[in-house]
Amino acid sequence: MQQGLKEKAIQLLKDGTVDRVLGWKTGEFFYDLTPAVFRTPEEVEKDFVFSVFSGANLSKYLIAESRKGGKVAAFLKPCDTYSFQQLLKEHRILRENVYVVGVQCDGTCDIEKIKAAGCEGVTAVREEGESLVAETLYGEKTIAKKDALLERCTVCKSHKLVVFDELIGEQGEEQDAGRFAEVEKLEKMTPEERYGFWRGELSRCIRCNACRNVCPACSCEKCIFDNPDSGARNKAAADSFEENMFHIIRAFHVAARCTDCGECSRVCPQHIPLHLLNRKFIKDIDELYGEYQAGADMDTKPPLMDFDKGDCEPSVVYKRGGEKA
Amino acid sequence: MKQLPLSRLNDLFAAISAARKLYIPADDAAGQARFTVWQEGTALSKNLNTVRSAKDLFFPQVENLVGFKVTGKQIELIESRDPSEPFVLFGVRACDCRSFDILDKVFLAEPADTYYKSRRENGAVVTMACTRPAETCFCTVFGIDPTDPAGDVTCWQDEKNLYWRANTAKGEALTEMLPLLGDAGEEAVKTQQAETRKILGRLPLKDLDLRGFDGEHMMELFKSPKWASLSESCLGCGTCTFVCPTCQCYDIEEFNTGSEVKRFRCWDSCMYSDFTKMSAGQPRPTQLERFRQRFMHKLVYFPANNDGVYGCVGCGRCLQKCPIHMNIAKVIKTLGEDAK
Amino acid sequence: MKNDPLIPMIGVVTKIRVDTPDVKTFRVVGLDGKKPFEHIPGQCAMLSIPGVGEALFSITSSPTQEDYLEFSIKKCGCVTDWLHAMDEGQQVTLRGPYGNGFPVDTDFAGKDLLFVAGGIGLAPLHSVINYCRHYRSRYGTIDIVYGSRSKEDLVDFQEILDEWCGEEGINVHLTIDRAQPEWDGHVGFVPNYVKELGFDTSKTVVMCGPPIMIKFTLAGLMELGFDKKHIYTTMELKMKCGLGKCGRCNIGSKYVCKDGPVFRFDQLDALPDEY
Repeated sequence: MQQGLKEKAIQLLKDGTVDRVLGWKTGEFFYDLTPAVFRTPEEVEKDFVFSVFSGANLSKYLIAESRKGGKVAAFLKPCDTYSFQQLLKEHRILRENVYVVGVQCDGTCDIEKIKAAGCEGVTAVREEGESLVAETLYGEKTIAKKDALLERCTVCKSHKLVVFDELIGEQGEEQDAGRFAEVEKLEKMTPEERYGFWRGELSRCIRCNACRNVCPACSCEKCIFDNPDSGARNKAAADSFEENMFHIIRAFHVAARCTDCGECSRVCPQHIPLHLLNRKFIKDIDELYGEYQAGADMDTKPPLMDFDKGDCEPSVVYKRGGEKA
Repeated sequence: MKQLPLSRLNDLFAAISAARKLYIPADDAAGQARFTVWQEGTALSKNLNTVRSAKDLFFPQVENLVGFKVTGKQIELIESRDPSEPFVLFGVRACDCRSFDILDKVFLAEPADTYYKSRRENGAVVTMACTRPAETCFCTVFGIDPTDPAGDVTCWQDEKNLYWRANTAKGEALTEMLPLLGDAGEEAVKTQQAETRKILGRLPLKDLDLRGFDGEHMMELFKSPKWASLSESCLGCGTCTFVCPTCQCYDIEEFNTGSEVKRFRCWDSCMYSDFTKMSAGQPRPTQLERFRQRFMHKLVYFPANNDGVYGCVGCGRCLQKCPIHMNIAKVIKTLGEDAK
Repeated sequence: MKNDPLIPMIGVVTKIRVDTPDVKTFRVVGLDGKKPFEHIPGQCAMLSIPGVGEALFSITSSPTQEDYLEFSIKKCGCVTDWLHAMDEGQQVTLRGPYGNGFPVDTDFAGKDLLFVAGGIGLAPLHSVINYCRHYRSRYGTIDIVYGSRSKEDLVDFQEILDEWCGEEGINVHLTIDRAQPEWDGHVGFVPNYVKELGFDTSKTVVMCGPPIMIKFTLAGLMELGFDKKHIYTTMELKMKCGLGKCGRCNIGSKYVCKDGPVFRFDQLDALPDEY
C-alpha cells in the first residue's frame, strides 16, 4: 500500500494533475510522521511515507492549502473523507483546487499503546503480516496489530470513502462497531459518578489547545478562546470547574459538525478521552433529531442548523435527566 | 553516600512529609506521571518522566501578582502573592534539574523575579538518576549526565535499594532530618552508572550536532529557507511550550471580580497568534515567523546572551507530545547543514 | 510589596494638556505629590488602569524637570482610549523606569545633534531635546526637523514656538504633509525635507516616527553620506513585563524593554528584522 501511494504521488506531480502533494513525512523513529507538502517527485521519493502511523487527518490543512493557488493532491482515509466533506459543506475548502486520493484503511496504530504494552525506547517499527515488530533500545518486541490500534480504529464507523477523485484500495461500507459502548457506560452512571469521572479526566488538562488546533471542525479564523473581547478568553480560569468549561464549550461549538474522526483524543498529551464528550453529543443528536452523520453527504442539513416542526421541545432535557438530578 | 531498602521508601516519604510538603512523581488515572503532593498511599511512579516538567513548582501556570481596589479615581494595592513554604521536590530527572539553572538565568537576572525566587529558595531538589532512557532522550548532547544528576540531593534506585547523596548545604540539612537513611558504599551506584552509560551510547539522538548554533550565525540561520517546510504543519497549539521545562514566556492579564481587579500572570507561548500582536501591527504575522522564533530563541538568542548555554535540556517531551511530531531535534538536524 | 519590580506604585494625573486631536500630555506625580522616580532621556514606564490594561510609554519630560513626569500619548488602543477619556485627579499605576535611554552623557556629549521626528515620534525625543537645552554647553549645534500630517497634528507646538525656536544654536525646521491656509512654513514629507536641507555628516542623528518615515529618512541620510553608527532610534514592540523576562519584545537576541528601546541602526542591521 505504501509503495502504491508513493508512486501515485509521483505520478500526479509528473503528469501535472497537481503541483503539490499533501501527505506524511518520515521522522526519526518511524512512528513520528509529520504532515507535509511535497513539491517534487524527488521530495516524495526521499521522504513520503504511508504506514500504520499515518493517523493524522490531513483535511484541516486543506482549508489553507486549497487557497494557495494551483492544485494540491491529498491522501485521505475513510474517516478523513468525512471531515473533508463536512468542510466542503461549510464552504471552507475550495473543492476545485484539491485532488482527493481516497485510501482504504484497516486501522492506524497508536505508539502510546505500543509503549504501554512494555516497549520502551522504540527506535523503529516494522509491519510483519498482522504483527508489528518494535525495535527498541532494550531488544525487539512483537505486538499484534489489533492490540496496537488507535481507540477510534477499534470502533471504526465506516470503511466507506464519501468523496474522492481516485481510489487506492477497495471502496468500503459503513459499519456498526459499537462506538457508543463507552458512552452508554457513562450514561448508566449516576450523575455523581459521571461528574466525578469527568472532573477526574479533565483535571489533567493543561490547556495546551492541541485538541482544538487539530480538530477539523474547529476552524474559526478567530477562536472565542483567543479573543480578548469575547469574555471567554479563559487564559487563566478562576477555578478548576471553569477550566473544564473549555471542553464543554468546545463540544457544543462542534456539535453536529464533528465527524468523530478521533484526532482530539489522539493528540491529547494527557490522554483525556475527549472523543467521549463528542460521541455523547452525536448519540443525543441521533436520538433527538434522527440519525445524522456529519460529512456523510453534501445535501443533508445539520440538525442544529435546521428546524422541523417535529423537533423535540427543550423540555426533553427535563424528561431525560431532570428527575435523576 | 546513604542507602535505604526500597521496601522502606514509604517511610522515607512519610518522614520528609512530616516536616515539609513533599512532591513526588505519581501516576494519574491515565498511567502517566505528574508531580503530586505525597500523602499516605501515594506510590512513586515507574515512568521515565512526568508529562509536565518540574518547572511548575517554581513557575506555576497561573500566579496572582497583585490586586487593585478601584474606588472612583482612587486605586489601592492589595497584596495577593500566593504564600510559599519550604518544600521538597523528589524524583527530578537530570534534564529537569538542569532546566532550573536555565530558568534561573532568566528569572534571577536583575531585577530578580521575587515570586520565582522565593519558591526556588524554599524548594529542595532531590534528583533521581535514569536507568532506562527513551529513544527520545538527548540530554547528553547538552552535557548533562543522566547517571549523575545535580540537585540538593542525588538518588539512584536499583532492585534492592535507594541510594542518597547530599550535594549542597540544603541537601545536608534534609539528610540530617532522615535518620532512617543508613550508610552505603559507592559500588552499587558505580555499577549502575556503567550499565546506563552503555545504553546512552546507543541512543539514536546522541550525535545531534550543535555546531554553528550561536550568535555569530544568527542572521544566516534566521534567513534559512528551510523554516518554511519545518513550520508548515505546525498547528500553533502550544503543547511544546507547555510541556517544555525551559519555556518561560508569560502573559500578564487582569481579571475583574467585581470587587477587585486581580492582576495575574500565566503561561503564554510565542507560538500563539496574538503573542506579539499590538495595535501598531504584528511583527510575526504567520506561523512560520512564530515557529522560527521559538527555535531561534532556544538555539541562538539564548546561548548568545548566556555564554553558549542552550535553552534546551534534551528531555524529549516535545518529541513525545507534539501532535504532528515536529520537534527541536528535527530542527537541529535540518538547519544543522546551514549552520556550518 | 514596595520596590518589587512587578508591583507598580500609585501615581496621580495632575494635569492633562490637549496637544492635537489624538495626542494628550499627562502629568504624573506620586501620592506624595513629588516626582515618582528619576530617569534617563529615552527611558519608558508602564502605566495602567486596573481592569483596562497596562502599556509601556516613553517618558517625554526631561529628567531635568524636577517636579513631575510627563507622558505624551497618542490615542490608538484600549489603554490609550481610556487614558484619553480620563479626568485630572485620576490615579494610575506606574512602574519604571525601563530601558537603556539615550547616551546623552557619553556618545552625544560634545556632538552636533540632528533630531528628526514625525507625528507622535517627537514625544520620546522631547525628553532628550530638553535635557540638551538644559545642559546646553555640553552639546554642539542642535537641528530639529519635525513634521506631521497637518498643523493641528504638531505635538508640543506652543513650546516649540515659544522656547525652542528662539534659542541660540537651535535650528527648528517644521513641515507639514499638505498645504494649509493657516500655514506659511515648509510643506512636504520629512524624508524629503531632510534631504533638501542637507546636513553635515558629522552630526549625530536621533530619529523617531512612523516606520515609513524612518525607512525613507534613513535612505536619504545614507545618500547624504551618514554612517549608521551615528543614527539612533527608539523601537516599539508589544510588552508585558518590561524586565526582559516574559519573552515577548525581542528583536533577535535583544529585548526592546531591556537592551533598548534605543538602538543604533548598525546594531539593528545585525539583528533579524522582525519589528
